[in-house]
Amino acid sequence: MPRRTMIEAIRDAMDVSMGRDERVIVFGEDVGFFGGVFRCTQGLQAKYGKSRCFDTPISEAGIVGSAIGMAAYGLKPCVEVQFADYVYPAYDQIVSEAARLRYRSNGDFTCPIVVRMPTGGGIFGGQTHSQSPEALFTHVSGLKVVVPSNPHDAKGLLIAAIEDPDPVIFLEPKRLYNGPFDGHHERPVTPWSKHELGEVADGHYTVPLGKAVIRRPGAAVTVLAYGTMVYVAQAAAEETGIDAEIIDLRTLLPLDLETIVDSVNRTGRCVIVHEATLTSGFGAELSALVQENCFYHLEAPVVRVAGWDTPYPHAQEWDYFPGPARLGRALVETMEA
Amino acid sequence: MADAGMLRFHVPEPEVRPGGTPDFSDVTIPKAGSVPHPEIDVDPRDIRDLAFSIIRVLNRAGEAVGPWAGLLSDDELLEGLRHMMTLRSFDARMQMAQRQGKTSFYMQHLGEEAVSCAFRKALAPGDMNFPTYRQAGLLIADGYPMVTMMNQIYSNEADPLKGRQLPIMYSSKEHGFFSISGNLATQYIQAVGWAMASAISNDSKIAAAWIGDGSTAESDFHSALVFASTYKAPVVLNVVNNQWAISTFQGIARGGSGTFAARGLGFGIPSLRVDGNDYLAVHAVAKWAAERARKNLGPTLVEYVTYRVGAHSSSDDPSAYRPKAESDAWPLGDPIVRLKNHLIQRGVWSDERHTQAEAEILETVIAAQREAERHGTLHAGGKPSTRDMFEGVYGEMPPHLRRQRQQAGV
Repeated sequence: MPRRTMIEAIRDAMDVSMGRDERVIVFGEDVGFFGGVFRCTQGLQAKYGKSRCFDTPISEAGIVGSAIGMAAYGLKPCVEVQFADYVYPAYDQIVSEAARLRYRSNGDFTCPIVVRMPTGGGIFGGQTHSQSPEALFTHVSGLKVVVPSNPHDAKGLLIAAIEDPDPVIFLEPKRLYNGPFDGHHERPVTPWSKHELGEVADGHYTVPLGKAVIRRPGAAVTVLAYGTMVYVAQAAAEETGIDAEIIDLRTLLPLDLETIVDSVNRTGRCVIVHEATLTSGFGAELSALVQENCFYHLEAPVVRVAGWDTPYPHAQEWDYFPGPARLGRALVETMEA
Repeated sequence: MADAGMLRFHVPEPEVRPGGTPDFSDVTIPKAGSVPHPEIDVDPRDIRDLAFSIIRVLNRAGEAVGPWAGLLSDDELLEGLRHMMTLRSFDARMQMAQRQGKTSFYMQHLGEEAVSCAFRKALAPGDMNFPTYRQAGLLIADGYPMVTMMNQIYSNEADPLKGRQLPIMYSSKEHGFFSISGNLATQYIQAVGWAMASAISNDSKIAAAWIGDGSTAESDFHSALVFASTYKAPVVLNVVNNQWAISTFQGIARGGSGTFAARGLGFGIPSLRVDGNDYLAVHAVAKWAAERARKNLGPTLVEYVTYRVGAHSSSDDPSAYRPKAESDAWPLGDPIVRLKNHLIQRGVWSDERHTQAEAEILETVIAAQREAERHGTLHAGGKPSTRDMFEGVYGEMPPHLRRQRQQAGV
């Protein structure tokens, strides 16, 4: 099976979708001729023409707002916001318009758009290229929120998102774009070309939205993770020797609660990890759900490990980032509780 | 320079406040028929002055004059009059229904009926409007059933939107009327996107964007103009300048620029100002702009100069911020009276027939209202089910909403 980086997998997902359905169009800042600052759309304009893949003015509200109008017309826009940190000018369009159009018009108009954006840190991007704003979208009725952790899933989830009848926020962990990550930024890693999850089948396949996957089966404690943190969790389990069951959520909204509850009821312990800041982060929702659904099986308090409640720093990136050491300590404490 | 060293903060003020004498002496009204009618493929640089003038067709004697006149037949004009009278009558009844507690909220069009009624007749089937909350004339003039509008206003059991949306935020794809959001300006860039999609699909349909004078201050207005200009989108960009954004006079949003239409000039978009109370002028300019869009000549910005005679909404009282008699002093008159006088002048209408038509229309509106009220009003009779509240958030209901619906016991 061919191996692809996450960038190549994402590009392939758009290529396959554009080839199958001429309603699928792709646009955003630097997305057309150049192929995007991360090269996710490279070659699509040459292959499908300027009507289906084009550059836009620097206006996130314009990108998403026009995509909503196009979706109302009957196209299926898959747009790129250059960094998740730049999505805020489009937030009103996403929250007040895309998310509610089906509901408020009783299905007279719908909004099948995908808003792709690189998310998370780990590349010394500072405050404006590192944020993880997923909780700002999981709070919005009418949206779906997806965070893939590897090339295979990225392609299948993106095709599923493009084919979905509703607006999907597709957050691409940029630390994983060019190569996997083993939780330690300073060590060399196996490239995607040699990584099992770098295997990406040609052609069309989907990974269903709303389904989590168990990355590492275990009996001692359940770790809930997504995106880059899946690898941090794997490293922490290995380094502490704790038999953690690691769940890669993949879709945050709608959430695969069944897989979570089933696991926590077996292990009796739960640690949640995300890169985004702690307070009102998605971990708070996960923690509440675990408490509501698994209370009588819990042997220890639910613990959250997250980014500190500061803006994303530059020089102190790896002190901010919840790495294997911090997560490892949380695992040990949870086992001892 | 005087006062060097001490900065002063400037906040624009309207000419008059409550208690004062209305004064529109600063509003320059060109003579009807005096503004030229350029070819649709004119170089936008050659018609920059049209963004600072006002295109008018009906003169004070009720005659249609000048190069923008002559497009509409007697029957079309009589139909237009009927649409405007219907909208006014509809508004009066629904405003009253709101006061009677039959619904929570209402917004009327008083004084602005010509804008949406005449514009609709310049579009073709399949074109799409992205309206604000004050363009119900687009529906009336397209034959959308009044009883369906009332069902929506009452949020009753026959409400096509299942009680989910605030009164008057209609939606009808079939009638080229995009779902009204209630958020301001967001739909302006969406209209441009819809138009881009039509061009991408090599279709022949065009879009119309709608915004008020106040909301042009939103950044979505700027995004829309950039995108429309860049991609030469087949869209008519409408700005309804009714002088008031709730309590805020248009000078607050307009700032130092001469007119709202002038905003389009920096984008190279042909920009015209039109007498919004002149049915013939609105229709002629709309037709010109729509034709440009359909012939791949790109967007046109049109500012309709009009006056919001009524309150902003049923929750507003304008006597707190503008003189009561201001609407009487408005120099462009009343759109219904002006078209009525024109039709009388053409010899196809009379005061008697007008009075009779008013009575007939009122009867039709009342009949529709009775029919709608058989399906319930906001607080009485049939209403959408609680189960409906959970439906339609997504194409397929996700598990968490299913669980919540169970918790709600429906």
